[in-house]
Amino acid sequence: MTGEAIVAAYVFILAIFVGFEVVSKVPSTLHTPLMSGANAIHGIVIVGAMLVASAIPGPLGTVLGFLAVVLGTANVVGGFVVTDRMLAMFKQRPTRKTE
Amino acid sequence: MTVETLIPVAYLIAAVTFILGLKGLSSPTTAVQGNRIAAAGMLIAVIATFFAADVKGGVPIILAGIAVGGVAGFTGARMVKMTAMPQMVALFNGAGGGAAALVAILEFARQRDAGVLEFGASVATLLALIIGAVSFSGSAIAFGKLQGLITPKAFRYSGQQLVTGGIAAATALLSLVLLGGAISGSFAIEPMLLIAVITLLALAFGVALVMPIGGADMPVVISLLNAYTGLAVAMAGFTLNNQLLIVAGTLVGASGTILTRLMSKAMNRSLGNVLFGAFGAATTAGAAAATAGDDGRSIRSIGAEDAAILLSYAQNVIVVPGYGLAVAQAQHSVRELADLLESKGINVKYAIHPVAGRMPGHMNVLLAEANIPYDKLFDMDQINPEFQRADVALVIGANDVTNPAARSNPGSPIYGMPILDVDKAQNIIVIKRSMKPGFAGIDNDLYLDPKTAMLFGDAKDAVGKVVQELKKAA
Repeated sequence: MTGEAIVAAYVFILAIFVGFEVVSKVPSTLHTPLMSGANAIHGIVIVGAMLVASAIPGPLGTVLGFLAVVLGTANVVGGFVVTDRMLAMFKQRPTRKTE
Repeated sequence: MTVETLIPVAYLIAAVTFILGLKGLSSPTTAVQGNRIAAAGMLIAVIATFFAADVKGGVPIILAGIAVGGVAGFTGARMVKMTAMPQMVALFNGAGGGAAALVAILEFARQRDAGVLEFGASVATLLALIIGAVSFSGSAIAFGKLQGLITPKAFRYSGQQLVTGGIAAATALLSLVLLGGAISGSFAIEPMLLIAVITLLALAFGVALVMPIGGADMPVVISLLNAYTGLAVAMAGFTLNNQLLIVAGTLVGASGTILTRLMSKAMNRSLGNVLFGAFGAATTAGAAAATAGDDGRSIRSIGAEDAAILLSYAQNVIVVPGYGLAVAQAQHSVRELADLLESKGINVKYAIHPVAGRMPGHMNVLLAEANIPYDKLFDMDQINPEFQRADVALVIGANDVTNPAARSNPGSPIYGMPILDVDKAQNIIVIKRSMKPGFAGIDNDLYLDPKTAMLFGDAKDAVGKVVQELKKAA
């Protein structure tokens, strides 16, 4: 195993533990927003899409690269915006007299 | 120090924001900041990536892609109705899975062209491709089911497990052929052709995986596919040797798994049960319940006027909102009704089943949208003991979560699912469009209870009429 691969494995294993820890106690009210927020975070694949977007010359490679960026961006933007909308509904509670 | 050496630093910052973001999203007071912190981290990561050497030639494609995807994602997220949120999450999740699969394909092609297709990297790339493609097509089916484009019922045919298993086996076999080629350095079959076939098989597997699952279980499925996409992204991170992708993808994979478990626990169903059990298809077991209508008990139907009288003489009213309320956008009418009742000194509470609506927490969001105070919403465990003291339980568009068969009938497919003890209330008013069974596709004994009165109609109209009657009486 190369040095790079072992470092990647460390990062992977430690991130599993962090992922388990971070959401272990969540009120059921927040399950949907949390899922949606996590959904936005895996939109980080957009970075991967950017890195390989122009890796393959020619029309097919370009189309696939373009599509990867489109899908990744939709995941990121849509995910964060929809989560924000959900959470906004909880936030307005103190000023609930607005009819 | 060049700009490029700063990219890993930006990635590190982004990774930290994702952890803080998830942490923030786990608590009501910090959720909004949490989401925004993570979004800011994402922006930093994307901007930093523009400076990477690999990106140079691709900037026009990338900018075009970001423009198209950004507009699509933004308008989709802004326009979607709150009731349609679960399928929107499924759609965005599928997009992420699709992106991960495409990244894997492009990376395969790049490695092949460079002649560096080696075993270790190929395993990760294959996993990113397969898991991403499964998540893409599976999410598309979940979207179709929730949106009503495909029948939400569990789709089953004989020999189904054989077909699904066959697809999985073929995928695994071709993957081994590919990996074997990567080890030996010579390919009997053109590797990109193998990749193409594996992609199609993985897409087919995603369809085969989700089609047999009934609509009622879709939230759990979406949560699971969300975790899958996370894993696919982490694998793509291994391929590209990008720590940020590994961290972010793994975080989502791990937390998504926990979340999926929490959700299936709320429905008292094991994950294996959701994936392989015949939930919606088990209506044959419901045959026992269907005969209940023959034992002399019948349904009692009332009008809005009677319902208004019943409510106005009550002391304690518990409202049980369900998906029907959400679909009819009746949350504002319900708020008006509750305000009227409260002005008469009647005590109104809301009983929220963990999976009311379509997803855990979905109903809380919908009621919050109608400015219903948070302290009136009660979890199942808090409210269940109170039903026996309630004069009226007003069930609005909820069905399966009130079905006493879950407690009493071991033959019922929902047996063992925790339910709201609506049947313990003195009187029960059920507002429902028709006698059609709920999402789980089974009959509800509650409607045959002598204490139950059915008020047929669209939730919004029916509640509106009750409000008018109450106003008239006042």
